[in-house]
Amino acid sequence: MKKLLTRRSFIVGSTIGAGLSLSGCDVLTGSDSFSRVLKLGETITMGAQRLFLSDKALAREFTEADMSPVFKSNGTHRPDSAEYAALAENNFVDWRLVIDGLVDQPLSLSLAELKRLPSRTQITRHDCVEGWSAIGKWTGVPLGLLLQAARLKPNARYLVFHCADEYEKTLDGTGQYYESIDLVDAFHPQTILAYGMNGTDLPIPNGAPLRLRVERQLGYKHAKYLMRIEAVESFAAFGRGNGGFWEDRGYEWYAGI
Amino acid sequence: MVTIDADARPATRILVKRHALSVRITHWINVLCLSFLILSGLQIFNAHPALYWGQYGADADTPFIAIEAVRDGDGLRGVTTIGPVSLTTTGVLGVSSYNGQERARAFPSWLTIPSYRDLGMGRYWHFFFAWLFAINGAVYLVYGFISGHFRRDLAPKLEELKPAHIGHEIITHARLDFPKGEAARRYNALQKLAYLGVVVLLALMVLTGLTMSPGVNAIVPWLVDVFGGRQSARTIHFICATLIVAFIIVHLVMVLLSGVWNNLRSMVTGRYAIRLEGPRT
Repeated sequence: MKKLLTRRSFIVGSTIGAGLSLSGCDVLTGSDSFSRVLKLGETITMGAQRLFLSDKALAREFTEADMSPVFKSNGTHRPDSAEYAALAENNFVDWRLVIDGLVDQPLSLSLAELKRLPSRTQITRHDCVEGWSAIGKWTGVPLGLLLQAARLKPNARYLVFHCADEYEKTLDGTGQYYESIDLVDAFHPQTILAYGMNGTDLPIPNGAPLRLRVERQLGYKHAKYLMRIEAVESFAAFGRGNGGFWEDRGYEWYAGI
Repeated sequence: MVTIDADARPATRILVKRHALSVRITHWINVLCLSFLILSGLQIFNAHPALYWGQYGADADTPFIAIEAVRDGDGLRGVTTIGPVSLTTTGVLGVSSYNGQERARAFPSWLTIPSYRDLGMGRYWHFFFAWLFAINGAVYLVYGFISGHFRRDLAPKLEELKPAHIGHEIITHARLDFPKGEAARRYNALQKLAYLGVVVLLALMVLTGLTMSPGVNAIVPWLVDVFGGRQSARTIHFICATLIVAFIIVHLVMVLLSGVWNNLRSMVTGRYAIRLEGPRT
């Protein structure tokens, strides 16, 4: 009898304990110093992946038979600004990609000019942070090629991608979508600015007229609706300072896992 | 250490050394890591509560396991689908209450870290403890091989694997008739198989977890082929986690039924009490 009570109190006690520790997790999640400790995981992941990942190691490329029947559109499906609507109306003839910031030769390129440059076509798997994957075919200009033309200054460390879509309405403008990558990914042979998808022009739900493909990272890094690429020394001055729209909302800047 | 009370009882209760310090430390670190990994893993699962087979899988593709919320009149109904079977699971899976309100969410808030929906923070929790878990697991594996722990304590002997022997152990286990005396010094065949099995499952968790990483895919491209694609790896990750939860439940029940304090002491101090047939006076 005594033993039974002990067992029961053990079970009851551990259940209450587990419940308390779970709500404790919410408190810890909200604590700055604790989340800094948790974020050590990202530092170790990036360090480990960069250690073992040679700069040129490629993401898997597939055949047309492997492609998803439907490539899911996620996030913004169509930017709702009047400027974007005007550009789309005219089939993006008036759209230009600006490459500036810490470069010796700022560039402004039309879609037709981009399409005349050497291109790369790759069938790759797109992995969303949510867990789903889709395989699609992308055609575009290797980003490294454009950066060589623009000639990065020695202090340029990151590229910030400014997008046409405002994904969250905010008073201070921090709801505008943007992303950033470092130069290791920028000069990777599979990092392209894609204007074509699955053999046609990039559709609006997937980021027309131009989107980034950075194949060794998760989907939210692949910024859509590109307007401007800015070479910078630090991304602290953009958005809320974490290097991207989702990074500002609690996601890792290095999205290799 | 030896208690002899031969007059009152025919048996002698002795404390034997059961678990090495390395096993005890790695066991408790593992308890900590798995608790956070499972609960934050369910938070991550909730972001896309459907599992597929193959390289790809998203909304337009057919999942074979899904936990969804569907409209049902004015309210929501939780539906869990496994292959051709669909079950209504409102209250726990698909639809559950959060702060008194019915919400569409695959796993309920009391099973996720954080309790509210936050994939970003769920991932930070998951990967922090994933690193601790992987390092702890590596220490355990190296120790297990070098010290002979696997060979001596966990590898079943050939005669223990005979169906008749296993069948006999299953029957005695079901009767809660646990080994006593000399036989209690060693793990029985069911224990050996269960503990080895869970080590394999835990290793699969690390490997399938790594397979979901696009960075790791570029480092070791063959790993994704081993599991038949990234979405298959995600599905295997989930199935192995489910089996680990099943192991944990059985493990805890057995710990409770076979002498909770003796078991707990052995995993804390290393000493386990067994009764030997004592000298009769």
